[in-house]
Amino acid sequence: MIAQFIFIIILAAAVYLFSKNVAKIRRNILLGKDTDRNDQPALRWKTMAKIALGQTKMVKRPVAAVMHFFIYIGFIIINLEVLEIMIDGIFGSHRIFSRPLGGLYGFLIGAFEILAVLVLTACIVFLCRRNVVHLKRFTGTEMTQWPKSDANYILITEILLMTAFLTMNAADYKLQLLHFGHYVTAGSFPVSSLLAPLLPDGASALVITERVCWWFHIIGILCFLNYLPYSKHFHILLAFPNTYYSNLNPKGKFTNMASVTNEVKAMLDPSFVPENTGEPARFGAKDVTDLTWKNLMEAYTCTECGRCTSVCPANITGKLLSPRKIMMDTRDRITEIGNNIDKHGKDYNDNKSLLDNYVTREELWACTSCNACAEACPVNINPLEIITEMRRYIVMEESQAPASLNNMFGNVENNGAPWKYSQADRFNWAEEQ
Amino acid sequence: MENSKSEIKIPTMAEMAAEGKEPEILFWVGCAGSFDERARKITRDICKILHHVGISYAVLGTEENCTGDPAKRAGNEFLFQMQAMMNIQVLDGYNIKKIVTGCPHCFNTIKNEYPGLGGNYEVIHHSQLIQQLIDAGKLKAEGGESFKGKRITYHDPCYLGRGNDVYEAPRAALEILDTELVEMKRCKSNGLCCGAGGAQMFKEPEPGKRDINIERIADVIETKAQVVAAACPFCMTMLTDGVKNQDKEQEIKVLDIAEITVRANGL
Repeated sequence: MIAQFIFIIILAAAVYLFSKNVAKIRRNILLGKDTDRNDQPALRWKTMAKIALGQTKMVKRPVAAVMHFFIYIGFIIINLEVLEIMIDGIFGSHRIFSRPLGGLYGFLIGAFEILAVLVLTACIVFLCRRNVVHLKRFTGTEMTQWPKSDANYILITEILLMTAFLTMNAADYKLQLLHFGHYVTAGSFPVSSLLAPLLPDGASALVITERVCWWFHIIGILCFLNYLPYSKHFHILLAFPNTYYSNLNPKGKFTNMASVTNEVKAMLDPSFVPENTGEPARFGAKDVTDLTWKNLMEAYTCTECGRCTSVCPANITGKLLSPRKIMMDTRDRITEIGNNIDKHGKDYNDNKSLLDNYVTREELWACTSCNACAEACPVNINPLEIITEMRRYIVMEESQAPASLNNMFGNVENNGAPWKYSQADRFNWAEEQ
Repeated sequence: MENSKSEIKIPTMAEMAAEGKEPEILFWVGCAGSFDERARKITRDICKILHHVGISYAVLGTEENCTGDPAKRAGNEFLFQMQAMMNIQVLDGYNIKKIVTGCPHCFNTIKNEYPGLGGNYEVIHHSQLIQQLIDAGKLKAEGGESFKGKRITYHDPCYLGRGNDVYEAPRAALEILDTELVEMKRCKSNGLCCGAGGAQMFKEPEPGKRDINIERIADVIETKAQVVAAACPFCMTMLTDGVKNQDKEQEIKVLDIAEITVRANGL
């Protein structure tokens, strides 16, 4: 009875805290500007099913894809087991699904165990890739202490949870063989039966082992749930809405700024009366709140895998630009703004901005807009949009483009070509043979 | 047809309009195609192909203006939209419906970004035109230089490939040659940029370990190809510079899809 009470309190607290933090992230994302991503719902569902659920963009790197698939499937399917643990915890029952499910229960528990081993294996391989082999993709200027630790914490937690799960089953299995107390014969234990010889033989020691592992496992899961909003691991949730709201246009198509269209129309035709577009906004992005909510959602979705950076031509050839850093900086900055709102109220200005305080101009000007980053992202994040918005701010609000680009602008404006040639010579090629 | 080699008269929209005619398709030449020495040769080759198959076409000549692409990628949306609206006025003035471009950047801009500003046209890139002509049986690979047995690789321009998912059309123009088409390790959607996009063509690169075109040329050299095919005037410049930089001018030729087609057909 006391155990049930404690369980319900812990569960309620965990769910409350998690909801609170998710609401905070949602509020932060909505600090971004509006953009319409609700058209073509059928295509959007299909994109989400293919890319988030089906993980079709992961397969470009087969080793990571297979390992990631183990963890992903393990995560989803083992959650069925967590449902049983929740019900048992609340009602004080034990393996409540065993009776209604009958033979299927044995199959399911057996399958969970095999999945648990696959998850364990994948986590160990991933830890080795990060800490022993030191894959280049997991290094770089933005991969400072926290992102590296974050990745390791996630993997170690998953290893601990799976170990607790298997140990719990091993103890349960042994108690079942002893026909002890309420430990009814249920489930099949293809993996944990192999671990059973490692456990003590006494019934009371086994009960303690089983209970400790049970509590460790479920409290561990609830703690992990609450770690998500602080971690790159949040991608397990946001990958779904993020792919649903994907950019469905060809990648080469950049947005046309409506605010600019109004001004250009007014310049070309003095009688033109612009439609009311609301408050006069800044051109481009100086800070994260000048970006769209989708850009900000992408920042929270990024799991820092570095596929974008590893294919970026600028990064490959040693330039400062790293698309992953752009996403991480955006996330760090919007989180900072959110924290400022919580601490100092809505109108607080910390005199910082994404541009210069986080992202340097040298990074922005190194981009070739080749879209390799957007193509490589397994969850359809587009760092190029953020880079372009910041270039727009630098050029249109500050007039601070590199001198050579200003020359190019001048040529386009005066000669109709990016080079200094006369418009009258434009057709000379036709005379040459 | 023999005489056509030296006597192609390039029709302009202004002349056509004066005669009360409308061409089937407008050939949008682009700034590089108009001014860059190497690209001008490719422009003339595209005209040779159009002439050869007897499509009714015209160019804007001195009425053409930069699409605004480099301004837009560099963040100058004002300049881009000014250019776009001027061009749309000219195009609509001539009642243009269909456009073929000699440059993936012009192609992308007119196809994707002009509709939002009121310019709606059917836009194809010259590699797509060549593919259509091959499919229709109007263009073959005979009567000219034989590429048989040569190793050819193809460099995907970002704004044709990833930008607009056009991967097969330029390859179709090469597959007809009876050559050995070899892919670079980074190709199609994984293709590596030549380094010119995003207005990089018009500025010095940021400090780094090496230039992007040198990185790309290493991919070309690795294939042991004798020809690297391009489909973009900016890629052409970057790849040619890369080949020069690596002292491979004797071993590797950089040729546009249109140039290869013209050579193979002896146009």
